[in-house]
Amino acid sequence: MTNRISGVSRRGFAKRSIAAGVAAAAAPTWTSTVFAQSSKPIRLGYVSPRTGPLAAFAEADDFVIKGYLETVKGGLKIGNATRPVEVVVKDSQSNPNRAATVAKELIVNDKVDLILVGGTPETTNPVSTQCEIEGVPCISTLAPWQPYFIGRQGNPGDPKTWKPFSYTYHFFWGLEDVIAVYTNMWEQVSTNKSVGGLFPNDGDGNAWGDKVVGFPPVLDKKGYKLTDPGRYRNLTDDFTAQINAFKNAKCEILTGVVLPPDFTTFWNQARQQGFRPKVASVGKALLFPVSVETLGDAGNNLSSEVWWTPNHPFKSSLTGLSAKQVADAYQQSSGKQWTQPIGFAHALFEIATDALKRSADAGKADAIVAAIAATDLDTIVGKVHWGQKDLPPFAQKNIAKTPLVGGQWRRAANGKYDIVITDNKTAPSIPVGGQMQPIA
Amino acid sequence: MQWVDTIIQGILLGGLYALYATGLSLMFGIMKLVNLAHGDLIVLAAFVIVVLASLLPPGSGVVLALLLSLPIMFGVGYGLQVGFLNRTLDRDILPPLIVTFGFSIIIQNGLLEVFSADSRRLPLTGWESASLSVASGISIGTVPLVCFASAVVVIAGLNFLIYRTAIGRAFRATSDDPETAQLMGIDHRRLFAIAAGIAMMVCAVAALYLGLRANFDPTIGPARLLYAFEAVIVGGLGSLWGTLIGGMIIGVAQTVGAQINPEWQILTGHLAFLVILVVRPRGLFPKSEG
Repeated sequence: MTNRISGVSRRGFAKRSIAAGVAAAAAPTWTSTVFAQSSKPIRLGYVSPRTGPLAAFAEADDFVIKGYLETVKGGLKIGNATRPVEVVVKDSQSNPNRAATVAKELIVNDKVDLILVGGTPETTNPVSTQCEIEGVPCISTLAPWQPYFIGRQGNPGDPKTWKPFSYTYHFFWGLEDVIAVYTNMWEQVSTNKSVGGLFPNDGDGNAWGDKVVGFPPVLDKKGYKLTDPGRYRNLTDDFTAQINAFKNAKCEILTGVVLPPDFTTFWNQARQQGFRPKVASVGKALLFPVSVETLGDAGNNLSSEVWWTPNHPFKSSLTGLSAKQVADAYQQSSGKQWTQPIGFAHALFEIATDALKRSADAGKADAIVAAIAATDLDTIVGKVHWGQKDLPPFAQKNIAKTPLVGGQWRRAANGKYDIVITDNKTAPSIPVGGQMQPIA
Repeated sequence: MQWVDTIIQGILLGGLYALYATGLSLMFGIMKLVNLAHGDLIVLAAFVIVVLASLLPPGSGVVLALLLSLPIMFGVGYGLQVGFLNRTLDRDILPPLIVTFGFSIIIQNGLLEVFSADSRRLPLTGWESASLSVASGISIGTVPLVCFASAVVVIAGLNFLIYRTAIGRAFRATSDDPETAQLMGIDHRRLFAIAAGIAMMVCAVAALYLGLRANFDPTIGPARLLYAFEAVIVGGLGSLWGTLIGGMIIGVAQTVGAQINPEWQILTGHLAFLVILVVRPRGLFPKSEG
């Protein structure tokens, strides 16, 4: 049995599709300007998960990069020379192996001077590791520092063997900050201090639920009773066992680090089966307004850690625009609500530009690394300053912490959700917008 | 009481798995085609329902959107079968398998391009968190219950179609012996296209419950597919009631495992699958013993 295709020949169709595919797959390179190419351009590599399950983290990238190139279209003055700036963007496809491959391409083929990367440990870690091997400077963000720092160690189980890195620098917050923010929020609501924990069997879940560095020891110390039924598998269709365990322990507080679809499944089932905690502070699932909207009315007063909002009292060192102005510009250009990664993507370019300007010789990796390490910059996400005392000694060199506060999602009359900062004990400079309210 | 609750929840979960699996089972039963894009087609159907629901006047409900999506999904199934899969069907089972794998990638990235990576949910009316309290400590969610009932209705309907109608006779004849069926004047290609269309209508029903239970995004399809495969194999290839029983076995095994320890939830589901494969390699209700 053979088939003849009428009209389009099979070979012709295949050829055309392949050509279209190649055109679509070619990585975009954006140049800041049509310079007379007398001076060699500075090349920044940018890796982010533009497609795949993590794509929400990269949604604002094009907006941020376009805005950045607009700002530096006159070139960057480094030492005595003014040099044009190019940004080469690569897609990690939400896949750690792919992220490592494109990082290598940036280094070997595009010969970039500096790599910037964001978008969960699945993206930051493989890219940073490639940079460390090849000796290319790298700045990363959007991953709590523990999975970034410990996850890249040869033996994550043994703190004595952990070593700092030479070329790779990271700014974000850590687990200890989330724990502090959550417990501060819980103290505002009167509860029986019985906590139910939903920790999946993945990098984040294992770290949050860890008996040494995670939630259990701190909660113990603060007088909370944690019910942790055990690590479940991501994308589960049924949470009856967890709900029964929480009901038996009379939990009034829910916490965990849950994928958005799993949280919706859990929250629906919990309401069906009569488990209604007074407070629910959950990481990951409540990051993006669209995932809270999918819960309908049941999303009101859910709480989460907050890294960045338009109400943060910071402004960009590149453009001088306030957090609010940047978020408004994004909403105007995309027609979508602002999300937290916008600030951090913007800050990556702030830090890169600042470091490049201060590097005596931008052609040399070591000069750029020295400039990054000496960064002390007020960015749109707060001060970024490596080598501070708010971290354990082994992590001080490569990690800088940005402020973290807690907030609650409140539904506006138009059905949209907005996050209201309800606790700022961890970062008093960020204004609160209201008090914690128990879930109705 | 907790164990009774656990088993009831597991059976209802089985209804969901059976809905995911029925389209798969149908396509395999009739044209011996393993459709690797099945999960992605369910997600595609979910997006079709979302779009239709947003076009309808607010308040008219997702059920109307589902009804409108049925002919669209039938068209998608018919088109895919005529345009692509019929051209690859032959003695060799590999080419259609690879084509459906390609569909999977194309559908995921196409949806990502059009709808972005935002997670979606079907428009809600409040009944997704409603439940019936049966006894103290046991409450059954309305959506899981309706989902299970839908699975029973869909499978009963398909069985009626296959065993009581002329086109069903043609389906069975083609499935048993395509060459002889062709000699009897049956256009097996058209028949396959109709079967694919019906399978996609079942996908639309599954998509409704996918979108009511949890949120979905363009890449979530394959993750939901594994249990569907297991349900089909446990139940016996080609038997639709078997698929329902298979889904229930996997569902109960998972909830009982989770009740012992949540880390065992997925494992016990797979173990139940393995045990049945060892005891009855052709599944519980294989269509023929031949």
